[in-house]
Amino acid sequence: MLNYFQSLGASSLSVLERLGRGSIFFANILLSIPSVLIRPRLLFSQMYSVGVLSFSLIVISGLFVGMVLALQGFYTLSDFGAEGMLGVMVAASLVRELGPVVAALLFAGRAGSALTAEIGLMKATEQLSGMEMMAVDPVARIVTPRFLAGLISMPILATIFSAIGIIGGYFIGVGLLGIDEGGYWSQMQAKIDFNMDIINGLIKSVVFGWVVTWIAVFEGYDAIPTSDGVSRATTRTVVHSAFAILALDFILTALMFGDI
Amino acid sequence: MYVSRSIEIIVGLFVAIGFVAMFFLAMQVSNLSGFNKETGYDIKASFENIGSLKVRAPVSIAGVKIGRVTGIDFDSESFEAIVTMSIESKFKQIPSDSSASILTAGLLGEQYIGLEAGGEEDSLVDGSKLELTQSALVLEQIIGQFLFSKDGAE
Repeated sequence: MLNYFQSLGASSLSVLERLGRGSIFFANILLSIPSVLIRPRLLFSQMYSVGVLSFSLIVISGLFVGMVLALQGFYTLSDFGAEGMLGVMVAASLVRELGPVVAALLFAGRAGSALTAEIGLMKATEQLSGMEMMAVDPVARIVTPRFLAGLISMPILATIFSAIGIIGGYFIGVGLLGIDEGGYWSQMQAKIDFNMDIINGLIKSVVFGWVVTWIAVFEGYDAIPTSDGVSRATTRTVVHSAFAILALDFILTALMFGDI
Repeated sequence: MYVSRSIEIIVGLFVAIGFVAMFFLAMQVSNLSGFNKETGYDIKASFENIGSLKVRAPVSIAGVKIGRVTGIDFDSESFEAIVTMSIESKFKQIPSDSSASILTAGLLGEQYIGLEAGGEEDSLVDGSKLELTQSALVLEQIIGQFLFSKDGAE
C-alpha cells in the first residue's frame, strides 16, 4: 500500500522538478534575448527553418479545413434556409478556434519536433558542451533564436491559415454550392468583430507559439543524450504540446468568450 | 553564421504574406472597414422593454442600415431602458420627431432598431433623444394577451 503512495509521490515530485527546470530554462531564454537582438541574422535563419518551411503545410491544411467547414456547414444550415450565414460560420470558427488551434497542432508536429530533435542531437553529439568550452552560451546562441523564431512565426502562420481557410470556404460555398457571393462577405463583415474575434485569435496564436516552442526547446535541451533519449524527447514534445494547446485553448476561450 | 541573401528574401516574403493575411482578415472579413466611430453622432431613446436587443445591433431607416446600437443602460428612475445609438454622420438629416421601434429580422432573426422618419424640419443632432418609441414584441406577452382576451369573450 505504501509503495503506491511512494510511486505517486515520486512521479509528482519529478513532474514538479521538470516544471521548475523548465521555468528556470525559460528565464535564461528571456535573459539572453538582448544578445540575439543585436545579431538578428541568427533569428532570420531560424525563421526560415521554423516558419517558412511550415508554410506549405499550413496553406494546404488551411485550404482543406475551410473547404470541409463550408461543405458541412452548408449541409446543416440549408435545413434552416440560412445558407447566407455560411460565411459567418466559416470565418468565426476559423478565426476564433480552428485557425490558432489547428495551426498550432500542425506547427508542433512540423517545427516543434524538428527543434527538439535538432537540439537533442546537438546535445548527444556534445556540440552544446563544446560551445560552453569555447565560452559561447548555448542558450543564447542556439536556443533563444529558435524560441523567438517560433514565437514570431506562429501568429503569422495562424493568420495565414485563417485567411486561406476563408478563401477555401468561398471556393466551395460560392463556387460549388452556389451561395450568393455578396452575402458570403457582407454577413461575415457584419458579424465578425475586429477586436473581439481577430485580435483574440491572434492573442491565442501568440500564446500557443510560446508554449509549443518553449516545450520543444526545453525537451531538446533536457533530453537524455542518447538516440533513445532524443527520440523520446521528440515524442514528448508533440504529445505535451498537443495537451498544452488544447488545455490553454479552453482557458483562453473561457476568458475571452465566456461572458457572451 | 552566414545567412544567404535568398534565405533573408524568403523570410521577408513569409512575413509579408503574414501581413497580407492580417490585412485581408481586417478589411475583408471583419467590420474594420466600416469602422467610423469618429464621424458618427449619438442619439438616445428610452424603451419600456427592449426584448433581447444587444449592443452592436443595427439601426436602420427605411430598411437601410445607418448606424449601430452602442450602449444599453437602465434608468432606475423611470424604469426604462436607455438605448444609445451611433448614427453615421452622412445620415444627418433625420427629422427630430422620428420614432424608433424594436423590430425582429425574420421569424428567428436578431432584433434591430427601425427608425420611422417624422415631419419636423429640425434634424437630429448629437445627444438628442427620440420621444416616440415602441417596445419590442415579446412573444410570451402576446400569447398571454391572446389567451386573456379569449377568456373575456366567453
